[in-house]
Amino acid sequence: MAAANPASDDAILIADDIGVRFETQEGPVIAVDDVSFKVKQGEFLSVIGPSGCGKSTLFNVIGGLLSNHQGIVTVAGERIDGPHKSIGMVFQEESTFPWRTVVDNVAFPLELVGMPKQKRIERARHFIRMVGLDGFAKRYPGELSGGMRQRVSLARTLASEPKILLMDEPFAALDEQTRLLLGDKVLQIQQQLKQTTLLITHNITEAVQMSDRILVMTYRPGKVKRIVDIDLPRPRTSEIVTSEPFGRYVAKIWADLREEASRGMQDEESHVLHQHPGTAS
Amino acid sequence: MSARGAIAPNFGDYVPVAIGVVAVVMFFLAVEALVQTGVVNRFIVPPPSEVLGSFPRVIEEEDVIGRFLLTASECLTAGVMLTVFGVAGGVLMHRYKLLQDAIETWVAALASAPVVLMYPLFLVIFGRSAWTIIMMGFIAALPPVILKTIEGLAGTRKVLVNVGRSFNLTGSQQFWMILFPAALPTIFVGLRLGLIFALINIVGVEFLINFGGLGQLINELAERYDLAGTYAAICFVILVSIVFFMALEKIERWLRPVH
Repeated sequence: MAAANPASDDAILIADDIGVRFETQEGPVIAVDDVSFKVKQGEFLSVIGPSGCGKSTLFNVIGGLLSNHQGIVTVAGERIDGPHKSIGMVFQEESTFPWRTVVDNVAFPLELVGMPKQKRIERARHFIRMVGLDGFAKRYPGELSGGMRQRVSLARTLASEPKILLMDEPFAALDEQTRLLLGDKVLQIQQQLKQTTLLITHNITEAVQMSDRILVMTYRPGKVKRIVDIDLPRPRTSEIVTSEPFGRYVAKIWADLREEASRGMQDEESHVLHQHPGTAS
Repeated sequence: MSARGAIAPNFGDYVPVAIGVVAVVMFFLAVEALVQTGVVNRFIVPPPSEVLGSFPRVIEEEDVIGRFLLTASECLTAGVMLTVFGVAGGVLMHRYKLLQDAIETWVAALASAPVVLMYPLFLVIFGRSAWTIIMMGFIAALPPVILKTIEGLAGTRKVLVNVGRSFNLTGSQQFWMILFPAALPTIFVGLRLGLIFALINIVGVEFLINFGGLGQLINELAERYDLAGTYAAICFVILVSIVFFMALEKIERWLRPVH
């Protein structure tokens, strides 16, 4: 599959001149500055950047959880000023409801729209099967592993049938092997549903494995450094990580990120020295 | 996957219970031995065998069942009031920051105040009736329920609140579908503490104003210097506590069946 053209007019999601500024004790901090991009229908776009580059802030802006920002976000031509039913969010932290069974967790958005119980249970089971958790519908999240719980969160979000799936480092807390396998699962679902997906991540392998395009951000203030088209064949699986073109993309992204990550590290060190000047040896 | 299939009861699950029972039996045997050998004065601590032997007499002659039911019903009334007003108070204080800032410290101060000493005031307000006892139990037990409700609601993980926001929940949906169930375990800790406070105060005030219930029975038996009977009556107070704790646990599991 060819990479999506960022300038195409059939963009379903448009972020235009997004800027976020926080007031801190040490003065104002510009977390995100002048970030603009488009996501095409059915496209998988990853946003990658070093820690502190404002990735999660951008996630909150697009998801409508952060209202005090500059710029405009539109979904299918409609301006987003708050949480919107067109956008389904999967969070970095474990976010299943521990008091609900898997099936009740997944049926949550269907309950909100007043779907009859029998129908929503059937629908929820469909998404549970999709994420590979068939047989665990009556279990509670406390009985599942971290990776299984993230799949429940994913199924719950998919059940709301969003136009755009927005994920903030959903596998960050998982080990590398589970992460690769869950990446397979997300790819499979994304390809099956033709789901427009925006993934926020700091993991280069994950981004290259799944994306059509990767937006590389600079360290603070977070700006768009470069957008890289990933021209790898689809359907993909985690086996692609062993291919030579994959390695080239990883190297290319890392070349962009390395400078930013170094800047971030130096900034953190000087921040610590500034806060505790007497402790440096 | 390990989570598949029914979880078979394991012999190891019963070991802690068995150790607990054996420890209690050993304790009473040790007390029995100390009293029988004269190390502990039997006119201060009656031997456990004597306490056990006094049960039929106390049950038959002192209307223990009726008194047990009276104390339990006072406790139940205070418990229901605690659940309604305590949890509602906590919810309001969590909802309105100004209210919380204004009175949370006073509520915390009330938790450590010896409310039982205010019984003459309650006698004046409610008369020598069960309501004096219930209201004293209720007031004394209110602070932990309010404080734990606030703690539970405030401690709801931010990501769960954000999940609710991402699904565009209304304020009421956010409360009933996310905040409240997330806070339930902590609220139940408050209710358990509250019931302990309520029971102590209810039995204490029954004892002080000599008005029905197990507290009055303990008072009467102590006045008669019937030590074995007094300890037997105390066992029934413990039974009230056990009944309420078991009921609370059942309700909690029904409301929030977490594994």
